[in-house]
Amino acid sequence: MTSQPAAGGRAGPPPGEGAAAGAGMAAGAGTAAAAGRGAEGTAADADRGAGGGTGADADRGADEGTAADADGGAGGGRGADAGRAADALAAACADLRPAGPADAVAGVLPSWVAAPASVAEAAATMRVAAGLDLAVVPRGSGSRLSWGLPPRSCDLVIETGRLDRVLEHAAGDWIASVQAGVSLDQLADVLGEAGQQLSLDVPAPAGAGGGTVGGVLATGMAGPRRMRYGTPRDLLTGITVIRADGRVARAGGKVVKNVAGYDLGKLYAGSFGTLGLIAEATFRLHPVPAASGYVTLECGTAAEAAAAVAAAVESPLAAAAVEIDRLAPGAPVRVAVLVEGSPAGVPQRVTGMRELLGDGAVVADDVPGWWGHGAAAASDSTLIRIAFWSSALRAVLDVLDSAALAAALEPSVGGSPGAGVLYAAVDSLAEPAAVAAFVAALRAEIGRVRAAGFPPARGSVVVLNAPPLVRGAVDMWGPVPGAALMRAVKDQFDPGHRMAPGRFAGGI
Amino acid sequence: MIDTLIPAVTKVCGAQHVITDPAELRTYECDGLTSHRSVPALVVLPETAEQVAGVVRACVAAGVPFVARGSGTGLSGGALAPGNGVLIVTSRMRTILEIDPAARRAVVEPGVTNLAVSQAAQPFGYFYAPDPSSQVICSVGGNVAENSGGAHCLKHGFTVNHVTGLEVVTPDGEIVWLGDGSGAAPGYDLVGAFTGSEGTLGIVTKIVVRLTRIPAAVTTLLAGFGTTGEGGAAVSAIIAAGIMPAAIEMMDALSIEAAEAAVHCNYPAGAGAVLVVELDGPEADVEAETAAVRRICTDAGAFEIRIAADPAERAVIWAGRKSAFAAVGRIAHAYIVQDGVVPRTALEDVLDRIAQMSAETGIRVANVFHAGDGNLHPLVLLDPDTDPAAAEELSGAILDLCIEHGGSITGEHGVGVDKTRYMPKMFGPVDLDTMQMLRCAFDPRGLCNPGKIYPTPRLCGEVPGLRRGPHPLVAAGQADLL
Repeated sequence: MTSQPAAGGRAGPPPGEGAAAGAGMAAGAGTAAAAGRGAEGTAADADRGAGGGTGADADRGADEGTAADADGGAGGGRGADAGRAADALAAACADLRPAGPADAVAGVLPSWVAAPASVAEAAATMRVAAGLDLAVVPRGSGSRLSWGLPPRSCDLVIETGRLDRVLEHAAGDWIASVQAGVSLDQLADVLGEAGQQLSLDVPAPAGAGGGTVGGVLATGMAGPRRMRYGTPRDLLTGITVIRADGRVARAGGKVVKNVAGYDLGKLYAGSFGTLGLIAEATFRLHPVPAASGYVTLECGTAAEAAAAVAAAVESPLAAAAVEIDRLAPGAPVRVAVLVEGSPAGVPQRVTGMRELLGDGAVVADDVPGWWGHGAAAASDSTLIRIAFWSSALRAVLDVLDSAALAAALEPSVGGSPGAGVLYAAVDSLAEPAAVAAFVAALRAEIGRVRAAGFPPARGSVVVLNAPPLVRGAVDMWGPVPGAALMRAVKDQFDPGHRMAPGRFAGGI
Repeated sequence: MIDTLIPAVTKVCGAQHVITDPAELRTYECDGLTSHRSVPALVVLPETAEQVAGVVRACVAAGVPFVARGSGTGLSGGALAPGNGVLIVTSRMRTILEIDPAARRAVVEPGVTNLAVSQAAQPFGYFYAPDPSSQVICSVGGNVAENSGGAHCLKHGFTVNHVTGLEVVTPDGEIVWLGDGSGAAPGYDLVGAFTGSEGTLGIVTKIVVRLTRIPAAVTTLLAGFGTTGEGGAAVSAIIAAGIMPAAIEMMDALSIEAAEAAVHCNYPAGAGAVLVVELDGPEADVEAETAAVRRICTDAGAFEIRIAADPAERAVIWAGRKSAFAAVGRIAHAYIVQDGVVPRTALEDVLDRIAQMSAETGIRVANVFHAGDGNLHPLVLLDPDTDPAAAEELSGAILDLCIEHGGSITGEHGVGVDKTRYMPKMFGPVDLDTMQMLRCAFDPRGLCNPGKIYPTPRLCGEVPGLRRGPHPLVAAGQADLL
């Protein structure tokens, strides 16, 4: 095996040099991209010809107020020739345009948006970005782009919308390979023709699509049926990523059972774009259930709801999902159980489930109106995700009440208690200090650290999305187990800290 | 180096738990794959995470490589320590710390056996789903290292789908928790990345596992077919019907013959292939699916179908399948177990090609496999007159066949030392380089189970206090800087 320098891959300076450049940049003005070093590094790409010159506006970047990334040298602001940077990017990616206000990532305005139409084009774009030392944020449909912390800087958004091919649907193997920009709706249509599905029912605001495959992977989102099928990481069998340096790497494969090499898909699932660009993914599929039915119950108290959830989850009637929804503290808790299976079995099991849940439980043939549209689908609220051991459900519901009362907030709460995940949505106009107090009170109970506990904390409270003022008032991600190792991973995969810098847990 | 290490680890673990006697050390020279052997310089048996951390720190200080080992049942040489290395055996760490039925979680130490978790959960109505065939003795820690599967992972998933938190001793000797047991901890999914890393990223000292409800009903169906082709067609039809059995296992004529001789499992006489299909779940669903599977098998040409009526009958059906490896050992001088994966739809093609290669070389191959997920375990038989090199070559050719069909070189046994040379056939240099970036994040010194998985180690650079010049391996032309 011999090593080969990749085209345009001579971006990475020794760490010392990078740090010096970063410091220089921080002292310099603005974030207009491109610098001597970067432009030099991509001369090969630029020489291919500046096709599709988009005339990116150098000044545009100058007053974005993006905080320069002092430790990583991202931001690309060396005040040099932005035009040359735009030319180099345009040479790599035919569909490059100057960014507009709608392209801002959590308030941080990029200079350009590139929409590569192939993995090769995406890789070329990433190589140029590496050479120019640009901060890059990948974007799918953009529906959850505001989640997490605002990036410390963002020069280039790489949009996956044109990577929209379903590469392969091997129906007999229950496998599908898709490009990252394929929407979940589009994929569901293709798979549905063979009676198959990607078992991710990601909550989405009414009327909105479920997002793209890449976006769902990057955010690790899953819906009610996570209780049965798990989350994206459980369904992913193979992945193609474009590293921060622009090289294309694959892991896993197109078979469900495979332990050859590290499973990088696990690392990229839920990584919020901080390790590179997810370009393609292969998933294991499941049959669309032949029959399904719901049992619903309205509980007056949290205690009743917790008991109903426990009964449904523990029953051998094998619920596929158990959801709850409560519009405000003190309001009734709506519980719904999904049963999936054979046409012969489901009616019996639904009846059994109704009897199990007792008086007030009713069988519903149709999905309850709030299913998948509860707190988790809130788009303009402060959205909080609470994860816990499901045995703590009662305590979690109690602390949600007491913390809301103390902070004078009225969050709606819903989610998948059987899987140990709930969401709380707080009105976007709520006082930032009140939201911060609410989050702190939740963390004190749900993330409580027990001395010599195994593990020390058995849950987490993460603020996924929030209005700017609230972001300033709360610690969005909170404590993260294994944070030092995560930073080490980031340093390896993105030594320049250019991929969605600062967006992720632990400031990664 | 080792001489200076002995007092340090003795202080940590106590003299009675440090093995230095050459004869005793020899008992740790291999795992379940006996073709690779290496006697460790030292074996230690710590009892706590703190002791594991102490031993690792001592190894780091001395610059000595270290390797974790559970029960030693691995089949890829993954728990082999180099001759200058320390083997850290977790078999004394076998406490089940907690069963939380309401959360469907158990917290266990790494030396706890796989089956012991299910036994502890059973009174609450739960079991631990991953069930490698060595489950009576294999350890949960080893399962985490290998991301073990088992016959029932077709429906229930692999170890990685059932682990939600890990306490690990990092290659620096620090005790760190990855994940919080909830399955939705914030940050990178290091639990998922660690699981299946074959002991190269650290040593597991506590594991939070998910427990699964014992299904209300289980049926086990045995179908005899004339050929593996017919059996394969039945498998495809079952899957196409949208049925997800807990397990679908197939055995060919040679492995049936061997099992019959060993355990008198009384499989259908004259069968060229048998299929064992297990369905589990709620009663009505299982009943409906069982009827459907029976019909599909009949349509595919099954000449005899039996359905186990009770656990005893089920055990008889499984006895043949579970004895297969050992049974084949009785009809041959020796054998090589292979572990390749192909897309299910390529099974028939691949089996034909294996039969053809067997005929061409005159080397017998018995096929036992997890048909539902395309995981083949061809047993390449060595008769007294078989050239071992030719058998090894045939075994390797089967892997080539798997790669050619878009499959994998290992479905559950791992790469270990045994298959490192096949990795470049399945992955490109950038792929392997990228995987090893993860390793560099955890183990920049390369002391934690070195020489496994990857044929060429990646140099991590930036290890504090280390060399500045070219790496000796690069200078010697044995490694690349990618």
